[in-house]
Amino acid sequence: MMDAIQIEQVSKAFADTQAVSDVSLTIQAGELFGLIGPDGAGKTTLFKILVTLLRPDQGKAVVNGLDVVRDFRKLRPLIGYMPGRFSLYPDLSVEENLSFFATVFGTTIAANYELIRDIYGQLEPFKNRRAGALSGGMKQKLALCCALIHKPDVLFLDEPTTGVDAVSRKEFWEMLHRLNERGLTILVSTPYMDEAGQCDRIALMQTGRILAVDTPGGVENLFQKPLFAVKARDTYRLIQDLRAAPFTETCYAFGEYLHLTTRPSVTAGTIHGYLTGKQHEFVDIKPIKAGIEDSFMALMQDHG
Amino acid sequence: MDKAVSTDKLTKRFGDFVATNEITFDVAQGEIFGFLGANGAGKTTAIRMLCGLLKPTSGSATIAGFDVYRQTEQIKQVIGYMSQRFSLYEDLTVRENIRFYGGIYGLPKTELRRKADEIIQTLELGTVADKLVASLPLGWKQRLAFSVALVHDPRIVFLDEPTGGVDPITRRQFWDMIYEAANRGTTIFVTTHYMDEAEYCNRVSIMVDGRIKALDTPAAMKQAFGVDSMDGVFQILARGTSTK
Ligand SMILES: Nc1ncnc2c1ncn2[C@@H]1O[C@H](COP(=O)(O)OP(=O)(O)OP(=O)(O)O)[C@@H](O)[C@H]1O
Ligand SMILES: [Mg+2]
Repeated sequence: MMDAIQIEQVSKAFADTQAVSDVSLTIQAGELFGLIGPDGAGKTTLFKILVTLLRPDQGKAVVNGLDVVRDFRKLRPLIGYMPGRFSLYPDLSVEENLSFFATVFGTTIAANYELIRDIYGQLEPFKNRRAGALSGGMKQKLALCCALIHKPDVLFLDEPTTGVDAVSRKEFWEMLHRLNERGLTILVSTPYMDEAGQCDRIALMQTGRILAVDTPGGVENLFQKPLFAVKARDTYRLIQDLRAAPFTETCYAFGEYLHLTTRPSVTAGTIHGYLTGKQHEFVDIKPIKAGIEDSFMALMQDHG
Repeated sequence: MDKAVSTDKLTKRFGDFVATNEITFDVAQGEIFGFLGANGAGKTTAIRMLCGLLKPTSGSATIAGFDVYRQTEQIKQVIGYMSQRFSLYEDLTVRENIRFYGGIYGLPKTELRRKADEIIQTLELGTVADKLVASLPLGWKQRLAFSVALVHDPRIVFLDEPTGGVDPITRRQFWDMIYEAANRGTTIFVTTHYMDEAEYCNRVSIMVDGRIKALDTPAAMKQAFGVDSMDGVFQILARGTSTK
């Protein structure tokens, strides 16, 4: 299979920060590839290099067979890019924004309506509203439509679902899968670990470097320590007490439960004993298998 | 004791469009209250009215007993507010931001200095205290913005999507700060699209198309809808008819 994106030893520095450090990565045509990492990891810089907006200091990147520096003119129409920060014209209406992007690429809304129907349908009741007056999540949806309207081959989405509500996020990913099934290669960054789990492969990035590249299952398997889900009546006190416990490595809130990572060979019984000793009530402890979020947090911490 | 927040049929129209539609609810002092809803449901609009930044079209609301129509000055003194986009000055340094906000609330000079040192130390921002906020990672900015919103020890703090786009570890550190503030008695009024965070609230409301469609503890809501997560509840409730 052809490679859609080849990144070879790419580096980029700004005044006093090394934003991207010797990154090499290959993404196949038709892949849905996730890029995850904390803010400041260099994800956005890497995106900007791949979409021809920034020149790398070193290294080489090729998208769809075209060099991002030398062939940038030819490459531009073949890619769609949704930047992380707001990219719309606040004084233009919803519809005007979209037709603007269509016109720039020599197409029309009607010609590619099929591609954006699912999301744009939700915005159409408000198509005459100024983009500046949209809610945070509505703006994200419009920006995605603008990135798709010229029917690109490769789609670059930099945190497209930040600020998007949980229902729309689900629909959004259903739509990404449909676009992907039509053959579109997608590189997407996200702070949501459930979304990372839906990619074919993911790369974890931190301080300009790639820490790991694997399938979601592979990333989960990187987690090797004992892990427990713990719950009790008083969550706040539970966190405090567990963090102070001699057997604890890390303790983080995970929805209804806390996730507790411990030293080797600690059992639920040990934890239970400790907590009842501290007068906790309704204690519930179960050993669990690490999810992608556990694994990612552990990796971040090990390299932090 | 006064309710932290109390509204009665609070409404905001923009022309023909009703962004917030007759919402009626109370928040008790000291509560962590999750204000959830789909995009465009009217959360930010409601918060702006509660903070005295936007005049309601009709209905009433009080914040710590102060009226949102007539007592916006008093409201400003008892609340902290972190807006959805960003509430720090990017071209001021960390220390300058703290001084600036403290100054707005009339904190005396020595108190300002003490607060600035305390915040910088707690957040471990010592090495960047004199750097421009623009150069900080988002997660640091958000934790700083939260501390700044608390600089005058408000009774209630409104946080509009404080963790949007923040990485998993920093997001949890942010919630540690929320828990600490709540433990000291500050009322927390918070919006989020992370459904695991909804579980950390004492009670949550879910807005759909400008109205509050459900309001209860996370446990009661999950039970009522027969699902095992707040995400499950949200998936059932949140999709309205017109607003997406
Ligand atoms: N100044 C305005 N003029 C016209 N419509 C507006 C204005 N401000 C907000 N609206 C509309 O009011 C509705 C509610 O917006 P609001 O920002 O309160 O939503 P929200 O619940 O905060 O959504 P999100 O989760 O996306 O932030 C949206 O349809 C928005 O477009
Ligand atoms: Mg909002």
